[in-house]
Amino acid sequence: MSDKVLKINDLHVAINGKEILKGVNLTIRQGEVHALMGPNGSGKSTLSYALMGHPNYDVTQGTATVDGVNLVELEADERAKLGVFLAFQYPTSIPGVTLANFLRHAVTNVRNPNRKEGEDLLPMRDFRKELKASMDELGMDAEFARRYLNEGFSGGEKKRAEVLQMSMLRPAFAILDETDSGLDIDAVRVVSEGVNRVAAKAHTGVLVITHYQRILNYIQPQFVHILFGGRIVESGGTELVTKLEQEGYDWIRAKYPLEAQIEDELEANATGALPAAAR
Amino acid sequence: MPTAQPRAQATFTGGFNAEALSDFLQSRDEPGWLVQQRREALAKFEAASWPTLRDEEWRRTDIRALKLSAFAPPSHGEPGSAARAAVEPMRARLASHSGTGLVQIDGTIAQRPDTVGLPSGVVFLDFDTAARQHPELIRRYFQTQAVSTDADAFSALHGAFFTGGVVLYVPRGVKLETPLYHLIGLTTEGSVDFSHTLVVLEEGAEATLVQETTSVARQTPGLHVGAIELIQAPGSRLRFVNIQNWDSHTWHFSRERALVGKDAQLQWTVGGLGARLAKVNQEVALTAAGANAQVNGVMFTTGRQNLTYITRQDHQAPNTTSDLLYKGVLKDSSRIVWKGMIRVEKDAQKTDAYQKNNTLLLNDTARADSIPGLEIEANDVRCTHGATAGQVDEEMVFYLQARGVPRETAVRLIIEGFFANVYDRMSLESVQETLREAVETKLSI
Ligand SMILES: Nc1ncnc2c1ncn2[C@@H]1O[C@H](COP(=O)(O)OP(=O)(O)O)[C@@H](O)[C@H]1O
Ligand SMILES: [Mg+2]
Repeated sequence: MSDKVLKINDLHVAINGKEILKGVNLTIRQGEVHALMGPNGSGKSTLSYALMGHPNYDVTQGTATVDGVNLVELEADERAKLGVFLAFQYPTSIPGVTLANFLRHAVTNVRNPNRKEGEDLLPMRDFRKELKASMDELGMDAEFARRYLNEGFSGGEKKRAEVLQMSMLRPAFAILDETDSGLDIDAVRVVSEGVNRVAAKAHTGVLVITHYQRILNYIQPQFVHILFGGRIVESGGTELVTKLEQEGYDWIRAKYPLEAQIEDELEANATGALPAAAR
Repeated sequence: MPTAQPRAQATFTGGFNAEALSDFLQSRDEPGWLVQQRREALAKFEAASWPTLRDEEWRRTDIRALKLSAFAPPSHGEPGSAARAAVEPMRARLASHSGTGLVQIDGTIAQRPDTVGLPSGVVFLDFDTAARQHPELIRRYFQTQAVSTDADAFSALHGAFFTGGVVLYVPRGVKLETPLYHLIGLTTEGSVDFSHTLVVLEEGAEATLVQETTSVARQTPGLHVGAIELIQAPGSRLRFVNIQNWDSHTWHFSRERALVGKDAQLQWTVGGLGARLAKVNQEVALTAAGANAQVNGVMFTTGRQNLTYITRQDHQAPNTTSDLLYKGVLKDSSRIVWKGMIRVEKDAQKTDAYQKNNTLLLNDTARADSIPGLEIEANDVRCTHGATAGQVDEEMVFYLQARGVPRETAVRLIIEGFFANVYDRMSLESVQETLREAVETKLSI
C-alpha cells in the first residue's frame, strides 16, 4: 500500500462562533513524526478535535484531506476509517461499556470500512488474543479489558488506554494530544515505546502535541511546529524544542507581535473555559 | 366509599358481569371455595369506581381509550402450530438458560414443566392444576396476604376472572440451583391474559423464576390484568424476574407485592418493554428483621407507549434493607412515570432504604416523570432517593465515533452501558439477552 498524506490547508476553526484557528497549514506523510508545541490555549486541542470531527468545532475555511478526501465533510467514524486517530487529552468516560466490547466494535469497523451496521464483529477469540498481546506490550493487566471505558481510570491509565486503542486500530495518522501530561517518566517511556511500536508496524504518521521535551526524547520528531495566535508560526527541527525549553515563548512574542495579541486574548479565555470535552 | 361518577359506573364493566362469570365457570371445573372467591371479587368489581385522571395514582395514566366492552373473559383454546411457532424463539432462549418451564399460550398450557427432576415437595405447576392438587396451599396464600382484590377495579376484575398463571412452592431448606421459567404468549386478535403468579418459599428455600410475556403484533387491542404474589419465609432467597414485552396495542395492569420475611433475601427485576399502556403497582414489604429486597427496573419505551410504575418499599420491622434502582430509556413520544414510596413504620428502626430512578431521553418529545417519596415514622433510619433525567451524552458519542464506531452503534452501546449497572446487580444471562435484544429491536424501528 502506498503511503497516505494528511494535508491541512488554510484551516480556520471556530468554537461557538469564535475563531480559534486562523489558517493552519501542515502536511504529514505516513511514517513521519511531527511535534506541535504552543502555549496553553493556543489551539492545539482545537486542531485535534477539528481534525477528528468534533461537532462543536466548526471548520469555517480551508480543508484537511487524506489522499485528497476532505475530512471536513465526514463524520468522525468515517475519518477513523480513513486512518485518523486521536489520543485525547481528556478521554471521555463511558459508563457500562467495557474497554474490550467497545474496542471490538471499533477494530471491526476500522478494519472493514465497508462493513454494514449489524454485520458480524471480529471473531471473539482472535480479538481477545490480539487485545491481550497489545495489553501485555503496554504492561496492562488483563483485568483492564473488562473495566468500563475510562470509568475511574487514573490519569496514567487513561493515557495508556488511549495508546492501547491506537495499537489495536493501527492508524495511518495519530495525533497524540498531550499524551505525556500527568505521567511519570517511566510511564512516558512505556507509552512512547508503545506508540513507536505501532508506528513502526502501521507506518503511522504521528503528530505529538506536547509542552515538554521528555516525550520527544522517545518519540523523536523530524519536524517541529509552533502554534501561536491561531497559526503555525515556526516550523523546523528539534532545535526548536531546545530553544523553547531554554527561552520559553518570549522570542516568539517578539517576532510575531500581531499573533501575540491574538494569543493573549485566547489564553485569557483559556483559563476560564476548558474545551467542552475536557469536562 | 361514595362513588364519584355514577354515570360512568353503569358502563365500564363491559362484558365482565355475573352472566359472563357463570359462563366462564361452566367451562372450568373449580372447587367451590374458589368459585365463591370469584363471585365476591366480581361484586367488588361492580361496586368499584373506574379510575380517572383525577385519582392520584392515575393522574399521569390516561385510560380513557380503554373500553372493557371490547374484551371478553379469557377463554380456552388449543394453541395451534402457528401460535406455538410464534413464541418458540422466546421459549428456546429461556430454555437454553434455565431448567424446566411452563409455557402458556392464549390462556392455555402449551408446555407443562418437567417436574421429574425437581426435589420432592417442590410444586411448580400451572395455576389450575395447583388449585386442584394443592388446595390447602392456594387457600392459604392466594390473595390472602400479598395482593388483595380490594385495591381497585382492576384488582377486583383480576380476582373474578384470573386464568392461568403459575404456582411455585419450595419447601423448607430446598435450594433450586437452576432458574425456572414461565412464558406467557398471546397470539390471537383481542385475546386477554389474566395470569396469576404465586411464589412461596419456605424457610431457607432458594429459587429463581424468570417470567416473560410476549405477543405477536396485533391490530386490535389486547388486555392483561394480572397479579404477582411473592411470599418468603425466614432465611429464604428468591430471584424473580418478570419481563413485560406485549405488543404495542396491549393494555397492561398488574398488582404485585412481595412479603420478605426474617433474614430473607429478594432480588426482583422488572423489565418494561412492551404494551400500549402499563400501570404496575410493584411493592416489597420487609416484614421481619434482617429482610432485604433489591428491586431492579429496566424500561425501554418507543412510539406512544406509556408505562407507569408505582413502587412501594414497606419497612415494617427493624434492621431491614431495600434498594430500588429503576432505569428507563425513552424514544419518540413515549412516557414513563415512576412514583416511588419508601414507607418506614415506627418499629422499623435501623432501616436502610434507597430508591433511585435514572432516565435517558432519546427525543425531546419523550417524557419521564420521577416522583420519589418518603414516609418515615421511625427516627433512626437511613433513607435516600435520587432521580436523574438526561440525554445521550454527545461527548460519549463523539469519543466512540472517533474510534470508527458508527453513530447508531455508538448510541446503542451507550444505552446498553446505561443499563449495565442494573445488569451487574443480577447475573442472569437470559435476562440480559432478552433485554439487550429488545433494546436493539426497538432502536431499529
Ligand atoms: N468549548 C469551548 N468554548 C469556548 N471556547 C473554547 C472552547 N474550547 C476551547 N476554547 C477556547 O479555544 C482556545 C484554544 O483552546 P485549546 O485548543 O484547548 O488550546 P490548547 O490545547 O492549545 O491549550 C482557548 O482560548 C479556549 O478558551
Ligand atoms: Mg489542549
